[in-house]
Amino acid sequence: MTMSARHVPLSGPSARRLRLLGLIRKEFLQIRRDPSSIAIAFLLPLVLLILFGYGVSLDAKHVRVGLVAEKPGPETSDFLSAFEHSEYFQPILFTDQRAAREALARRQVSAIVRLRSDFARLALSGQSAPIQGIVDGVDANTARLVSGYMQGVWTQWLQRQGDQRAEESTQAVEMRQRIWFNPAVRSRDYLVPGLIAVIMTLIGALLTAMVVAREWDRGTLEALVATPVSVGEVLIGKLVPYYLLGMGGMALSMVMALYLFDVPLRGSLWVLLLTGTLFLLAALGMGLLISIVSQNQFVAGQVAIITTFLPAFILSGFIFDIGSMPPAVQAFTYLIAARYFVAILQTVFLAGNLWGVIVPNALALAAMAAVFLALAWRRMPRRLG
Amino acid sequence: MGYAILGLLKKELLALLKDKKSRFVLIGPPIIQLLVFGYAATFDLNRVPIAIYNEDAGEASRELIARFAGARAFREAGRITRQAEIAQFINPKKALLVLHIGQEFSRDLSNHRPASIQLIIDGRNSNTALVALNYAQTIVADFNRSRAEEQRLPRPAACLEIRAWFNPNLASRWFIVPGIIGLLTLVVTMLVTALSVAREREQGTFDQLLVTPFTPLEILIGKALPGILIGLVESSFIILMAVYWFRVPFVGEIGALYLGIVLFLTATVGIGLMISSLATTQQQGLLGAFLFIVPSIILSGFATPIANMPEAVQTLTLLNPLRYFLVIVRGVMLEGLPMSLLVDQYWPMAVIGLTALALAGWLFRRRLY
Amino acid sequence: MTEVLRSTANNTAVAVEVTGLGKRFAVDRRQITALEDITLRIRAGAVSGLIGPDGAGKTTLLRLIAGLLAPDHGTIAVFGLDPVAQPVAVHAIVGYMPQRFGLYEDLTVQENLDLYADLHGVSADLRQERFRELLEMTQLAAFQDRLAGKLSGGMKQKLGLACTLVARPRLLLLDEPTVGVDPVSRRELWLIIERMVAAGATVLMSTAYLDEAERCREVFVLHASHLIGRGAPDEERANMQGRCFAVTGANGSKRALQTRLAEQPGLVDAVIQGDFIRVVTVDPVPPGLDELGRDFPGLRVSPVPPRFEDGFIAKLKPRIAEVTLGKMAAVSAPPAGPGAAVIEVHDVERWFGDFQAVKRIGFEVRRGEVFGLLGGNGAGKTTTFRMLCGLLPPSRGSLRVAGVDLRRAAAKARARIGYMSQKFSLYGALSVRQNLEFFASAYRLDNGRRRIRLHWALEEFQLTAHADSSSGDLPLGHKQRLALACALLHEPEILFLDEPTSGVDPLMRRAFWSAINALAEQGVTVLVTTHFMEEAEYCDRLVIMAAGSVLAAGQPQEIRAQVRRPDLPNPTLEDAFIQMLHNIAGSDVGSPQESPVTGLQGRRRQTFEQP
Repeated sequence: MTMSARHVPLSGPSARRLRLLGLIRKEFLQIRRDPSSIAIAFLLPLVLLILFGYGVSLDAKHVRVGLVAEKPGPETSDFLSAFEHSEYFQPILFTDQRAAREALARRQVSAIVRLRSDFARLALSGQSAPIQGIVDGVDANTARLVSGYMQGVWTQWLQRQGDQRAEESTQAVEMRQRIWFNPAVRSRDYLVPGLIAVIMTLIGALLTAMVVAREWDRGTLEALVATPVSVGEVLIGKLVPYYLLGMGGMALSMVMALYLFDVPLRGSLWVLLLTGTLFLLAALGMGLLISIVSQNQFVAGQVAIITTFLPAFILSGFIFDIGSMPPAVQAFTYLIAARYFVAILQTVFLAGNLWGVIVPNALALAAMAAVFLALAWRRMPRRLG
Repeated sequence: MGYAILGLLKKELLALLKDKKSRFVLIGPPIIQLLVFGYAATFDLNRVPIAIYNEDAGEASRELIARFAGARAFREAGRITRQAEIAQFINPKKALLVLHIGQEFSRDLSNHRPASIQLIIDGRNSNTALVALNYAQTIVADFNRSRAEEQRLPRPAACLEIRAWFNPNLASRWFIVPGIIGLLTLVVTMLVTALSVAREREQGTFDQLLVTPFTPLEILIGKALPGILIGLVESSFIILMAVYWFRVPFVGEIGALYLGIVLFLTATVGIGLMISSLATTQQQGLLGAFLFIVPSIILSGFATPIANMPEAVQTLTLLNPLRYFLVIVRGVMLEGLPMSLLVDQYWPMAVIGLTALALAGWLFRRRLY
Repeated sequence: MTEVLRSTANNTAVAVEVTGLGKRFAVDRRQITALEDITLRIRAGAVSGLIGPDGAGKTTLLRLIAGLLAPDHGTIAVFGLDPVAQPVAVHAIVGYMPQRFGLYEDLTVQENLDLYADLHGVSADLRQERFRELLEMTQLAAFQDRLAGKLSGGMKQKLGLACTLVARPRLLLLDEPTVGVDPVSRRELWLIIERMVAAGATVLMSTAYLDEAERCREVFVLHASHLIGRGAPDEERANMQGRCFAVTGANGSKRALQTRLAEQPGLVDAVIQGDFIRVVTVDPVPPGLDELGRDFPGLRVSPVPPRFEDGFIAKLKPRIAEVTLGKMAAVSAPPAGPGAAVIEVHDVERWFGDFQAVKRIGFEVRRGEVFGLLGGNGAGKTTTFRMLCGLLPPSRGSLRVAGVDLRRAAAKARARIGYMSQKFSLYGALSVRQNLEFFASAYRLDNGRRRIRLHWALEEFQLTAHADSSSGDLPLGHKQRLALACALLHEPEILFLDEPTSGVDPLMRRAFWSAINALAEQGVTVLVTTHFMEEAEYCDRLVIMAAGSVLAAGQPQEIRAQVRRPDLPNPTLEDAFIQMLHNIAGSDVGSPQESPVTGLQGRRRQTFEQP
């Protein structure tokens, strides 16, 4: 056999293109062989969105409320029937307060409405009959919603009584509310878009947190570094496939949001995709950085768990209002990329293209992506050791 | 047998705690997360920006506005003079809500006509919107009541007095911080156990263990006890922080709580070890841990009530140990529930824990390669 | 050592020039010196070898030359280029194959080649021709679409080499390219390497096989971060002329004779080789054996030609504090009578899905025997080993160790065996003492016995000085000692050793085998796996496995005798192994064409010169 003489390798841009395409193709082939990345990109959003979308709701409905009529009569059943017809309540009748309290302690009911034995007498005789309401305050949020509902039932009952006095003293100032962007106050409409940000945080980090660490662990990085590829090419070679995969996952999530959960989209899709790109770049960059700094899969995985899910879940404004957090904690949330994306998602889905919200948040995302990728580029080893 | 298990236990604890980095992973993040999340995770509104659009010049409107501005939940973000400005405040989130008082307000009020005000709320986060609305309603109701008293107006046929049990001020921190005890304990025990068998398998020491005279039961105890011990220390610390730092009340019995903690740890350690012995590599173990942690937090009732979930999902939560544990922590700390009322929470965790542990022990020998 | 660089003095071209090279690593705030003051020149157009014990710095040196590490001191020039300052230019002309070959196991053979062609900028028109050439040379053409991870160890190595060769590098750096590879694949790898050299490439390779070093034009010996020797193997051999002898006539007690010989003054080395004991003397005079004559009547001494290894041992031995693992305290007397079978394997099969890893094998091991299980990667020896230890159930057949199936036996039965796995599986975070204490409690040694055995282990294995350091930070040789100590702590009757000498330097290997011999003399049954063919000679009996089947079983001399032919009068076990592989059809390990059995043209082949 004759070995051909030394070859003249391609150089310049054509060689660079060849190397990049080679790296990208390699990554795609690996993705195809090990379906776990595909599972992360598509199965994870599917399962989580269905679980969250159907499972999680802050709208208290069918709250089990114990109704105590100590001396049942037409007046008490008139009042209590309002609870029976409300979709918010699922009444359970008691005849004495002891049993109702017992039920509350056993968590069989979350609220009690008690009409004393003198309710009918006082109400008819022109005196004010006290109605005792008790809510289980352990879950303060639900308790507040329930007491709001109870108040509503009570006011309606007063109105039905045609009680002029009541009108004057309880309704002197009458408040009318208009809830913009989500008049039906469906919590799903804001949970689902916010959820997309949480899920994409997970996907971005899980996809990339392992990929560089894996090449460390398997020794392939050593061989890669010994070839003429540059650090930038390695990073782009990693970024492009997982970016496309991540965008696929994001598109799936958005389709599910729109068609499965009927979340309205008032802004435009291209804004979502564009800001989604920025966010994904930040998430992937963070994953890459974790992967590069950790250098082994065990540590990379641990760091990814600690730094992604819980912070994105709690600190992004997805569920807890950032504005109500103490200033120090608010400052902390600026480090969470998901907070910017949550703001954009909730705005674009529910309110429309409000540039005052989109532009600053998108800029913040772009800055985070740039910082993470630059750090990844800097920390990516040019050589071993 | 006791002596051999002691050796196993000592080895596990040394392997977990001797290295400074892994010691930090077990201690650092939980403390930081407790502090940050403890403050961050609240549904209570605190100094939420409100913009005032007052077209009325009277005394009454000023008094009402003062009540809004003085509430802890709100903070005045600005004054509006034109209808068009409302969007300029709401859209960029400069204000969560706008209080609009019309020109006729004071006049209607003094003429004993219903005086209406309008509240415009940003509904992008509908829960925050509802909570804000609730606060506003309370302020308006208070305003009406004190006005009725001032003017000695007749009282209505019935008056509603609502009291909140267990948490009179409806501070959601009381609800959330005990939840975080469960969350962080879960994460820490998973970090300790979900990788322990997989790591020994990768390093080859698990084979070494299997050829010694240890029985699977002994190995299981040796693997489970460290997780339970670390979980106990960690959760005790978080409970102390909750009580002394976050001032969450503790009205129940310690015994009832610790019985719950031990059972919860048994269940999570069992599941962690099961994941770990199913996994062939640490990466799979991590992915498994993740796939367990995320849904079990979401479906635990930590932030969103289980009662609001659809029937099928509620059934699914029966498999989630965190769900029972959260009822126990909150029940014992805030309501003082005795052990006898928590039996229904204890036994499912015991069943989950024993089943998972038995499976893990069985997998030790079956799952090879 | 003061070698004269005759070879480089009259040399025409220098491929690599290393001057005053030093490299340190920080491990847990401690500085570890990997290389110190290394100065050497690699000649162009030849194969140079890098040898030395594990941890001597071989990999670090290769990585430095490849530009994968930056040196702390000194300079490197690769064809006049500085790998640190001009990494791109250097990477364009250097091909580097790391120890784990840098293959993507989840890509196919062809996809791996494509990737490396892309990375090296090989243009499309050149590519097809080159792939064809490489696939033919590596005989991988039939496996183009197979995943690299599904290839046998030898094929992986060849693919790794092919990937590095796609760009036609001028300098080829190979890090232990033949570790764990069966002898057939090793010879094929050498064919490829020599072809590349013939085409003008320069090769620098590190290796643990001293017979491979013999094929190099020039060899560099690294020890404890220093370059302690260099020269042509021929010169090394010439230096040893008159110091190497064969002692024959031991009959059945070769091991006993070897043990005695090793204790003789004036001898540097004594190893079993085929039917005789090979000894190396300090001075070029035959060893005096009068003292041994009483116990071993009829001993004969005859000179044998020196090997490179003799020179290596003679050079290293004075530098390294003598390690003896030989004087084991008495092990409790096993109950079974001598010669009884303690390990029985009958018709055992093992399937993984539709892949049959072990195909109906059977053998017996008698008490007090050293029994070897040989084969390349993927031969099924580890699977067999794991089944014997009860770590894996057989799909069919029966395995009995000391009369019981360890998988079903009560935990107590496991107390009778000792186990040392391939990776010296210790708890790295625990100190030496803590590891020993753990195993003492695992084997339920009572307090008094525990104290005695811990003391014994620390003393006998010379670990006292390291008792409180983390076992993960120990050098490999110490880890191996600790692993053996842990396995012997409870005085087992049967010892299972999986690749106990892999990656261990020749001196340590000798100490290890003398320990095994001593144990066997005391009646301990030892079952050992290895891929070092020469170590197989140390076994009483052995089984050679390939592709899941037993190729041959019996005493080493019986197996060698099976392949004796007129043109191969004194075959080695390696020859036997290769010959037997050829005889089985349908195996993808061997290759019929260009039969390497007859030796590599122009290369010295190592056979035993029968005295």
